[in-house]
Amino acid sequence: MSMEYREALESLTRIRGVVGGLLVSREDGLVVAEAAMDGVAGNAVAALTNALAGRMQAAVASGGFGDPSFFHLHADGGTIAAAPAGDELLVVVIADRRVNVGLLRLEMLRIAGSVA
Amino acid sequence: MSEDIRVMTAQLAADPTSLVFLPLGEALRQRGQLDAAEKVAVAGLSRYPDLADGHDLLARIVGDRGDFEQAFDEWGIALRLDPKHVGAHKGIGFLYFVAGDLEEALHHLETAGAALPDDDGLQSAIARVHESLASRAQPEEDVPAGAPPVQDPAPAEPVDMEGAFRGMEGAEDGLLLLDNKGRCLTGGLLSPEGVDVADVVAAHLAGVAQEASRAVELLGLGAWHGLTVQAPGANLQIVAPDAESVLLLAREAGMPLGRLAMLSERAAAAAREWLQGLS
Repeated sequence: MSMEYREALESLTRIRGVVGGLLVSREDGLVVAEAAMDGVAGNAVAALTNALAGRMQAAVASGGFGDPSFFHLHADGGTIAAAPAGDELLVVVIADRRVNVGLLRLEMLRIAGSVA
Repeated sequence: MSEDIRVMTAQLAADPTSLVFLPLGEALRQRGQLDAAEKVAVAGLSRYPDLADGHDLLARIVGDRGDFEQAFDEWGIALRLDPKHVGAHKGIGFLYFVAGDLEEALHHLETAGAALPDDDGLQSAIARVHESLASRAQPEEDVPAGAPPVQDPAPAEPVDMEGAFRGMEGAEDGLLLLDNKGRCLTGGLLSPEGVDVADVVAAHLAGVAQEASRAVELLGLGAWHGLTVQAPGANLQIVAPDAESVLLLAREAGMPLGRLAMLSERAAAAAREWLQGLS
């Protein structure tokens, strides 16, 4: 299963601008699988992104808007994107400014569907 | 088919990666062959999705067809890819003018105008926006015939708690300003069923700006600008108008994210003005 997860993440890293990808446990924010995360503090990114996604999930659901399918935090130097994969996993991608967010979103949703 | 279009079509057929799709698409657009122009532009963008000129071309094509919403989105993408793109500033400036947002129109048109001082049409448009702004400042005078409806001018004095987003779409049901402790400051938020959910959502968002900052700082990504969330019932955008506040904008799920970002920037500017009026 771990190899399957890694292969899914590696398809994300082929998108231009993507620096790395993570599969994170939504329950505790721990890394389940990762790809191309050289030089990136994967555990810390996983924990922070999972916490942020959890907060947004709670906020959005409490407003009656349903469960979010995609999160996108954009910054000066790049992007952190996340897509829930079922109740247990979160697909997380770190990318620089070159990334095409629309393409990234489509691929993340596809992978979230496949690993859920 | 004109000779230049024939030549460029042959070039593109011989080398599908060629950037000749840009002049070819423009030539087709100018001849009114919008379907063909759009196919060329979309095919080019599939190879060069980060090319601002490609999005500018597509915006002009769909704009000619009257699809101003997509044109707005494409020019928005172009400006994200290249914040100094003159064609995108010019195009989106005209759209803001048509929509009655004169301040935004002026900003974009003047940015384009600085780069194109000899563009008479553009300079004329800038002058018209100035005239419209002057007319709006004197409400007793007649508005020029044919001019689009304009929004209420921003209040010069601090206003009541409902007023930060006055005149903006969703001011009472889809725009919410809160402090970092999750307390509502102004605006409102309704669920898709029409229930007031401002307080409960705001409470969940306490500290969200700090968490966003920590995440991007950890990765050395600099300052964060926005957090976009897609959900079945809405597309939402969170921005921080200043260090002490957070703005939530909620719109229908089908709204393109580029437009969502534009609207949130406008709302954040209104929020900043309102907050400054309080201090």
